[in-house]
Amino acid sequence: MQAFEYANPATLQEAVAMLGSSWGEADILAGGTDLISLMKDYIHTPKRVVNIKGLKELQGITKTATGLRIGAVVTFDEVAESPLIRSEYPSIVQAVLGVASPQIRNMGTVGGDLCQRNRCWYFRQGFGTLGKDKDGTSLPPIGENRYHAIFPKGDAYFVSASSLGPPLIALGAKVKIAGPSGSREIPVEELFVVPTSNKGREVSLAPNEILTEILIPSARGVRNATYEVRHKQALDWPLATASVALRMKGSTVASAKIVLGHVGPTPVIATEAEALLAGKALTPDLAAEAGKVAVNGAKPLSGNEYKVQLTRVAVKRALMEAMKARA
Amino acid sequence: MPNYSWPPMESRKQIGKRYRRVDGIEKATGRAKYNSDLNKPGMLFAAMLTSPYAHAKVRSIDTSQAEKMPGVTAVRVVAPAGTELQWVSQEIAFVSATSEEVARDAVRAIKVDYEVLPHVVREEDLSKVADRAKPAGEQVTGDPDKAFREAEVISEGMYGIPVLTHCCLEPHGQVVEWKGDQINYWPSTQNVTNIGPDLAKNLGVPATQVKVHMDHIGGGFGSKFPADRWGVECANLSKASGGRPVKLFLDRATELNIAGNRPSAFAKIRLAAKKDGTIIGWESSSWATGGMSGGGMPPIPYVFVNIPNRRMNHTAVMTNCGPLRAWRAPNHPQASFLTCSAIEDLAAKLGLDPMEVFAKNMQWVAEARRDSYLAQLKKAAEMSEWSKRWHRRGDSGPGPIKRGMGIGICTWGGLGHASNCRVTIHPDGSVIVELGSQDLGTGTRTVIAQVVAETLGLPLESIKVNLGDNSYPPSNPSGGSTTVGGVSSSSRIAAVNALEKLFEKVAPALGAQPDQLEAVDGKIQVKGNPSKNLLWGAACKKLGVQSISEMGTNDPRNPRGLNTQGVAGIQVADVSVDTETGVVTMNRMVAVQDCGLVINPRLAESQVYGACIMSICGALMEERIMDAKTGRVLNPDMEFYKLAGIGDIGEILVDLHITPENDKRGVIGLGEPPTVGGIAAIANAVANAIGVRVPTVPLTPNRVLAALQERRA
Ligand SMILES: Cc1cc2nc3c(=O)[nH]c(=O)nc-3n(C[C@H](O)[C@H](O)[C@H](O)COP(=O)(O)OP(=O)(O)OC[C@H]3O[C@@H](n4cnc5c(N)ncnc54)[C@H](O)[C@@H]3O)c2cc1C
Repeated sequence: MQAFEYANPATLQEAVAMLGSSWGEADILAGGTDLISLMKDYIHTPKRVVNIKGLKELQGITKTATGLRIGAVVTFDEVAESPLIRSEYPSIVQAVLGVASPQIRNMGTVGGDLCQRNRCWYFRQGFGTLGKDKDGTSLPPIGENRYHAIFPKGDAYFVSASSLGPPLIALGAKVKIAGPSGSREIPVEELFVVPTSNKGREVSLAPNEILTEILIPSARGVRNATYEVRHKQALDWPLATASVALRMKGSTVASAKIVLGHVGPTPVIATEAEALLAGKALTPDLAAEAGKVAVNGAKPLSGNEYKVQLTRVAVKRALMEAMKARA
Repeated sequence: MPNYSWPPMESRKQIGKRYRRVDGIEKATGRAKYNSDLNKPGMLFAAMLTSPYAHAKVRSIDTSQAEKMPGVTAVRVVAPAGTELQWVSQEIAFVSATSEEVARDAVRAIKVDYEVLPHVVREEDLSKVADRAKPAGEQVTGDPDKAFREAEVISEGMYGIPVLTHCCLEPHGQVVEWKGDQINYWPSTQNVTNIGPDLAKNLGVPATQVKVHMDHIGGGFGSKFPADRWGVECANLSKASGGRPVKLFLDRATELNIAGNRPSAFAKIRLAAKKDGTIIGWESSSWATGGMSGGGMPPIPYVFVNIPNRRMNHTAVMTNCGPLRAWRAPNHPQASFLTCSAIEDLAAKLGLDPMEVFAKNMQWVAEARRDSYLAQLKKAAEMSEWSKRWHRRGDSGPGPIKRGMGIGICTWGGLGHASNCRVTIHPDGSVIVELGSQDLGTGTRTVIAQVVAETLGLPLESIKVNLGDNSYPPSNPSGGSTTVGGVSSSSRIAAVNALEKLFEKVAPALGAQPDQLEAVDGKIQVKGNPSKNLLWGAACKKLGVQSISEMGTNDPRNPRGLNTQGVAGIQVADVSVDTETGVVTMNRMVAVQDCGLVINPRLAESQVYGACIMSICGALMEERIMDAKTGRVLNPDMEFYKLAGIGDIGEILVDLHITPENDKRGVIGLGEPPTVGGIAAIANAVANAIGVRVPTVPLTPNRVLAALQERRA
């Protein structure tokens, strides 16, 4: 790990001021479960590390007039234990419990989850965000890509690592971001971007911006669920996930949000499947049909065709799970 | 001549008891110190520069920057200009410094100019390995052509099992302090007695200068016998740094790259058989890799060694990957998987119950074990509810979740190794047992304490067992499941010898001859007249100021009936497969495993549980993933090198096949055999569940779905 300066600011404003104007100058430290590994492997070599865990502005889970606010440094474990979240947002709890090690749930934060780097093994071995060899060849499509994207975009073959992204998008959540010139709010789907350079990032934050909180609209009357296909029960990454949020009108679906995780470089919104469900009563057959439609346009790589099938099943099962859940 | 034989089953007081391991609390609370926990005053840290390429030549190397860095105490190059590097992570240079961070930064400051050479790192497709294939020649027995002509049925299949690594929780490494002519060496090793001489030989000093100490080891599985490059260089760095202790434990990535692996095995197998399932011919062409040394043919046909009419071809494939090392039952899990898969496929083709087909072909196993296998098949069937749960292949009812059952088989030697033990009885009655052996986590300390307590008629707590130091009497390395037989026998003999000496001292006071005495329940008493006795403490007082210290030796050429070799084992797996996702869930593993006389059934069962868990990992998750282009291991971590957690294991039922006949055979090693049959059993169970063979393990969702798709097509 390269030597660095450690900063422990007392206020959000101070923290923002300590960040650099370009990547590589400073890194934000939340739970550290990702950042420290990146630093140990010399993938990130920041000159300064800015700890945000102590910032009051970033803590706590609170009710708001329109829903719920989760501070960026709230841990997975706090989320999973929160009665406010458990009662209304099973899709979030299911996603969080999928991060299957208690150690990571104790340390990892919701902000860190959304901003974590991708887990492509070429990236993690030093071949850059997009996993390119010295000669510029993209390694994932010609190499081992069993865990990679079936909806690749451009040269981005990795999958978005965040388990929270899909349910938050399905629920219509926003994130609040603080920067040198104040704060802004964007929908969660706009946080995730497809990097175009081998040094690019997976989120739309500027190097001197901090994600401060997540704002989720009320989900009263919205049936929601996340289903995750995982190889192991113990600590493991999902192979494919689906998060769904269904606004019901009696026994029919008024409108649906379906978001796929771990299949593309950003969470993938399955608009065709969403449209299919609108105005219909949800049956197992319709759920299976939605799963099929959800993978239209998938472009699997040499070794991950199976993820297409897993995605179909994840959508079907998330929908069936949502119908079981309390609205 | 004293009587060393084990006391009869029915009169044992300590042997056979289900004690918890004596160092269990220490380990569970973290008080146990592993050598990787050591933090000596003034200690330095070492780091390694290793090859980023799978095949390259060092054109030049420049360490001047690193040497100048503040905190760096020494730099040593082991791959000078001109060296050909044969795999990723091969050692190039070593640096010691005042902190691990400085050492790592210094390693990065070393400049190497490489000439990159072509590599081959994958072997599963034999047609793509070019000149790396080394055919080993054909072996023919009987008349295979005739057997296949006359066969009523021919079954064939293709099977593969990839390279695995040992994944020891405590990585390889050591702390070394080389001061003057004294070398203090704290390694993580399976080889306390002989690793010192190995280090000494590499350093060119007499073995007497090396003092080895290790209380606990965090796993070895066959990979921790030699001193290794990193041990030798750690010593050299210490010397070059004025004798300060230097610590070097491999990081996880290096550990998974170069600290050993289990070779792969791929095979096309054809069986010629009669309609009733009797096998009359075997044909296989197999290939394997374990790095640049290639990979040998697993012992196939496994267990059914006398199948008549065999033709076998094997090809070793040399790959630019870290070198193989012994891995818990070397080559047996591969052989069992290949053989049992082929037999299960034959049974399925004939629509027969594989229990019957395995039983029918027991005519081909070594006669000495035949009855054991037959009895174990029965027992395993009973424990797994085979008759209730087994169905014909693929005939597993409606719904996406399919349940299936499968069988795997094992054999092993397990003869006790050469071991010396010293038992000392002090005048105050305390007893100490010393062996230059090691407790790999198997419960060796506990088992020795039980044997000595039994022999001396004392409670377990009265016996202090010291292992892990090369100043104790030499004991061989712990490999090949040889430890329990060796150390239990040497400590039995030493304890009997010590007791004889004590009897001599005590006999006059009891007015008896020494050979009329016995040690029972904390007393020395006259046989047949127990009222004539002395309490243990009082008896030992008769020693005056002179302790008794007696040796015991287990000689593998004459184990005196205390230990022996040759075991059988049957495992049955019961799995559920989600045919929509390809995810396999373990319901139950049943392991019936004999191991002769069982000193501590709890610890023995624990060995079998661990072995079953390793099999579950190997069958469902574990795999070293090589990248063809970069030549790298893509998953040298605990994230994508997948191992099972508690939630992945299901129920494990163990039967140690304890019978008077097995007990009479003496102690037999158990560490390895139960790791052998599990992968076969699980792979067979999955085939039984989903109606089609998934040719290559681990049985990932990817592979299971692919097999299902092929079946539908
Ligand atoms: C074996 C393993 C399995 C895992 N499985 C899963 C899984 O199934 N699903 C899943 O989602 N995750 C999984 N994780 C990843 C884990 O969720 C992340 O490591 C964690 O969420 C990161 O949170 P943190 O607070 O520790 O972030 P840190 O490590 O502190 O930071 C991560 C990154 O985000 C940046 N960052 C952190 N907070 C902010 C902020 N508020 N504003 C701007 N930037 C910020 C940091 O600068 C850094 O680049 C797994 C990790 C491991 C090791």
